[in-house]
Amino acid sequence: MSGAVLHVEGRVLEADPWVQVADDAALPDGPALVSRVRWQAMREALIARGAPVGVVLTPGDAVEEIAADLPHLACVALYFPGPGEGRPYSAARLLRGRYGYRGEIRAVGEVLIDQVHFLKRSGFDVLALRADQDVPAALAALETFSVHYQPGADEPLPLFRRRAAS
Amino acid sequence: MYRYDRHDQRVVDERVAQFRDQTRRFLAGQLSEEEFRPLRLRNGLYIQRHAPMLRVAIPYGLLSARQLRMLARIARTYDRGYGHFTTRQNIQYNWPALERVPDILADLATVQMHAIQTSGNCIRNVTSDQLAGISPDELADPRPYCEIIRQWSTFHPEFSYLPRKFKIAVTGAQRDRTAAQIHDIGLQIVANAAGERGFRVYVGGGLGRAPMIGEVIREFLPEADLLTYLEAILRIYNRNGRRDNIHKARIKILLKAWGREAFAEAVEAEWARRDSDALRLPNDEIARIAAHFAPPAYAPEAAADRLDPAVETDPDFARWYARNTLPHKVPGYRAVHISLKSPGRPPGDATADEMDLVADLAERYSFGELRVTHHQNLLLADVRLADLPVLWQALRARDLAYPNVGTLTDMIACPGLDFCSLANAGSIDVARQIQSRFEDLDYLYDLGELRLNMSGCMNACGHHHVGHIGILGVDKKGEEWYQIQIGGSSANDASLGKVLGPSVPKEQVAEVIGRLLGVYLELREEGERFLDTCRRVGIEPFRDRVYAELEAAA
Repeated sequence: MSGAVLHVEGRVLEADPWVQVADDAALPDGPALVSRVRWQAMREALIARGAPVGVVLTPGDAVEEIAADLPHLACVALYFPGPGEGRPYSAARLLRGRYGYRGEIRAVGEVLIDQVHFLKRSGFDVLALRADQDVPAALAALETFSVHYQPGADEPLPLFRRRAAS
Repeated sequence: MYRYDRHDQRVVDERVAQFRDQTRRFLAGQLSEEEFRPLRLRNGLYIQRHAPMLRVAIPYGLLSARQLRMLARIARTYDRGYGHFTTRQNIQYNWPALERVPDILADLATVQMHAIQTSGNCIRNVTSDQLAGISPDELADPRPYCEIIRQWSTFHPEFSYLPRKFKIAVTGAQRDRTAAQIHDIGLQIVANAAGERGFRVYVGGGLGRAPMIGEVIREFLPEADLLTYLEAILRIYNRNGRRDNIHKARIKILLKAWGREAFAEAVEAEWARRDSDALRLPNDEIARIAAHFAPPAYAPEAAADRLDPAVETDPDFARWYARNTLPHKVPGYRAVHISLKSPGRPPGDATADEMDLVADLAERYSFGELRVTHHQNLLLADVRLADLPVLWQALRARDLAYPNVGTLTDMIACPGLDFCSLANAGSIDVARQIQSRFEDLDYLYDLGELRLNMSGCMNACGHHHVGHIGILGVDKKGEEWYQIQIGGSSANDASLGKVLGPSVPKEQVAEVIGRLLGVYLELREEGERFLDTCRRVGIEPFRDRVYAELEAAA
């Protein structure tokens, strides 16, 4: 059961084009999010399909496995089995920083209000909230902190390189 | 000390607002107990036996008098008039009401303090040497690096949901007083052959159920790369540390599973592939932070200070001077320990009135600052020799000049069963038993340097594995029993103690320690500490004596 889908720029996506497809389900005509296993098994067919395709990575799926495929992927969805899961943050950071990925990075699964600020800073741009999450509170939480010590997706330089100027 | 600018202030102010909102949502039923738990923990808030326990960060143990007065005020206003200083240089309050914690944080923020990341699976408060900046054996002051790490680790977007807690210590001295080798990362300031400054990097130390001594993964890390390298270590850990079993989730388990060399190679490879050098530290940033830790305005005439002969010959003063004060790199100054281990006092506890007094004394005699030590005492770092007698009088009048620093009764202890919901053992009770049995100061001095560490359970908050003598509380069918270990150390010669034998009942703990000491006094050679004798002769003579006599007594 999924809830509101936010863009980290601070808005709710009213029409979400992406459909997450189970491994044994038929593919829709439009954009499809498939598992890493299905992607690797059906790579050529999925590319040939002519509609946007994205991959869902579980925390145990290394981004290195799909790094070479990134030009074909319009979305990488990183799955949170629980709100305390930390590996997707590193995955997002690597996708952006190491592999220069400019497509959509989406958080799915147990995505709660109190994670959204970290998610935004780590390079996620779309957050599919758990269904029970309060949307205005989640939007507000994107702006919890206005000062950041570390570099992040929203700010390439650490504070110590900006203090003098700001 | 480091003073916040408006950016730092805004971070803690926004944190107060965030936690106030999280607490409100929890109390309104919008956050479940399970969902609130990690949020409150990363703010140092535990639910304990009697009430919540709040751990407030004292970054690398450094406090201003004004901050200490605020800690006293919080103890009075929100708690029961006292606080407990911890081995990681923090303070814990045992009785705050959950709904008032946001107000406590707001009060702390007014003096540039917080409880950020004092618990939870994140990078914890960075600890350091209580003698930083003043010790004659120091290569460089570690505090600027601690502050740089504090800022970098505060709400780190990538490393806020680690597999488990993560502790970093930085030492700049030849003699390690930070227990660096039992931290997840221990950083020791060193110089390379060219005289450049850097760090020796230890990884994978830690106590708890699977105690381990850290291993060196890099002999020399240039100081500019402090943060880029920490990021590489943390990323390796965040991605690969075990998350399926809380008892196997610390970085030490990963390091052991991969082996030191493979782990070090993985870190080096990750580091080499970093996508940005934005976190490399420019010299002017290191200098900017270091300027906050510039030495105070020592009086040049202090070098000519002499102690008043009338006072110097007072045996009580002489004992205090010998035990509780330390040499200072500036002539005419001493560092003064304030023992929080006097008889009858729960180790590490101080009342609000005592905190106020110490704040006053710090202002009068030590440039308005003080430190919290790893051994759960307080320290006035910069006291003029000429001021020692009057300072001593002031401390002595309030039970703060007990001359036992570095001795058996200057023990490390967790709060134990009296407060902690995890504990099996009443550490405070046993501490009292030991304090009253070993009251003879001359006997304690004759024993020399001795570290007694006591934990109420195997989580090892009292660092029992690395005490010269370690005591661990265990539960036997609802009764408190105590396992004794000997031969541990958290200093440069770090080692884990060995278990002496079967655990002993509570009322025999002090007696058993007495027997261990008896063996030591018989077997020691010239200049040997208890630890040295242990290492030389092994555990057997101690074991034989303790258990033979216990059996004879039974």
